[in-house]
Amino acid sequence: MIAFLQNIGRTSLAFLAAIGRIALFTAAAIRWTFVPPFYLRQLGRQIVDIGYFSLPVVGLTTLFSGMVLALQSYTGFARFSAEDTVATVVVLSVTRELGPVLAGLMVAGRIGASMAAEIGTMRVTDQIDALDTLSTRPMQYLVAPRIVAGTICLPFLVLVGDLIGVFGGYLVGVYRLGFNPSVYLSRTLEFLEFSDVTLGLIKAAVFGFLIALMGCYHGYHSGRGAEGVGRATTNAVVSSSILILIANYLVTALFFG
Amino acid sequence: MSSKAKTSASTVTTPKIVMSGVTKSFGDKQVLRGIDIEVAAEESLAIIGTSGCGKSVTLKCLLGLLRADGGSIKVDGKEMIHAGRHQLEAMRRRFGMTFQFGALFDSLPIWENVTFRLRQQQAMTRQQARDLAAETITQLGLAAHVIDQYPAELSGGMQKRVALARAIADKPEILLFDEPTSGLDPITGGVIDRLILDSVRRLGATALTISHDMASVRRIADKVAMVHNGVIIWCGPAAEMDDTGIPEVHQFVHGLADGPLTLAAQAEARGD
Ligand SMILES: Nc1ncnc2c1ncn2[C@@H]1O[C@H](COP(=O)(O)OP(=O)(O)O)[C@@H](O)[C@H]1O
Ligand SMILES: [Mg+2]
Repeated sequence: MIAFLQNIGRTSLAFLAAIGRIALFTAAAIRWTFVPPFYLRQLGRQIVDIGYFSLPVVGLTTLFSGMVLALQSYTGFARFSAEDTVATVVVLSVTRELGPVLAGLMVAGRIGASMAAEIGTMRVTDQIDALDTLSTRPMQYLVAPRIVAGTICLPFLVLVGDLIGVFGGYLVGVYRLGFNPSVYLSRTLEFLEFSDVTLGLIKAAVFGFLIALMGCYHGYHSGRGAEGVGRATTNAVVSSSILILIANYLVTALFFG
Repeated sequence: MSSKAKTSASTVTTPKIVMSGVTKSFGDKQVLRGIDIEVAAEESLAIIGTSGCGKSVTLKCLLGLLRADGGSIKVDGKEMIHAGRHQLEAMRRRFGMTFQFGALFDSLPIWENVTFRLRQQQAMTRQQARDLAAETITQLGLAAHVIDQYPAELSGGMQKRVALARAIADKPEILLFDEPTSGLDPITGGVIDRLILDSVRRLGATALTISHDMASVRRIADKVAMVHNGVIIWCGPAAEMDDTGIPEVHQFVHGLADGPLTLAAQAEARGD
């Protein structure tokens, strides 16, 4: 019984300590983002890596999601003769919800993992210590560029993803469900509001920030050896995916109504 | 010129580096139990000791890369153990360090690795940086064209030499070398020993070198310190290393299989 309570106590303490460390890391990361020197070449590399090389993954994911969404909502709405709403449902779901969340989760897998692995490897091979020794703050050189790049690239990726997702819905709507192309398009735009898109993009920026933060945090605090890096990578993906889903609810609730 | 005069004046009074009673634990494993090291300016100290006894941790504590739990670390008489970020950053600028496994930046070509700190601190054209990198690595017996390769393309020994080039490229006052010659052939080892000696004798640097290679220790060190169980069990002039009367030092220096230092005891001290 005592051992059990001790265990609970220890786990909660460890959890609180981890929250504290993440909070400190976040504060430091944000602070150093605004202090020169700015490593623009590092930033450029991250932007290419996150923004450009994630395009295929995000594009394929949203394309097929838009397509399946059109089929599924048709099935549902046909039951009360509201098939006409398919285009509207597709565009609203994609821009408000599916685009940001799916892109966020896919990028968390791709970028969160690679950041944690890269920074974790630098940690275990003393490259981070070498940076400190060579008068370069790892927070500025490694972390800040990744966080800035994550935050600005995700909205861009999501915007592209939205277009592709809606296009996927259009393909299914027109070629499979037999909608008239121009009717489908006008229905797509008819009820879409600017705020639907901006909500999605705000979400995307938050997700991008969280992905980069978790990738950097877990890499930076990676345990020793290849095993430590492996664990850091897994933790980065899992924690950023969960945080994305939580933040998704919070941002939606904040802008609801 | 005046700074040079000032350093030599202060050598009389304060040693360059004084670590006393430095302790460091990881979790409940105490690695350093009170390290005492004193190095005078322009002196070369070798640190020896069995693997896993805490030599690398000692150097990392000195640079503040790991925070020591207690004790005192003075550089030029200035207490650094609780130093803030600014003080630490200013102090580190005077140090050059090579890490045990090189720690070259994988994402940068060799020339950018070698001139990394210089290019942060002074405006330098690409060509100047490349020339300087080529000059520094050729001193260490590497071909000049290596500057355009990436660390992963080099052998372990070559990486080690590049790391050394990176540490000395801007001629820091204090040099820390963590096993600079391990894994190298004897001739390259000799070249590196000469470079360390040169830095100390000609450029007036102060050097702390971790080494397992007793021949190299004899060549480069004025003074030798042996770490065992988290403390310095012997420290004295290199010439007196052979007859200290301490069984652990005797066994280590002569590389004897039998003696107080057993592999089992080492494993236990490391906690594995
Ligand atoms: N960052 C760390 N976290 C936990 N233990 C460490 C860390 N760095 C070193 N140690 C432990 O400290 C001991 C001394 O390591 P080290 O100084 O690298 O030995 P060596 O004398 O061979 O250089 C070893 O047992 C090692 O496992
Ligand atoms: Mg070591």
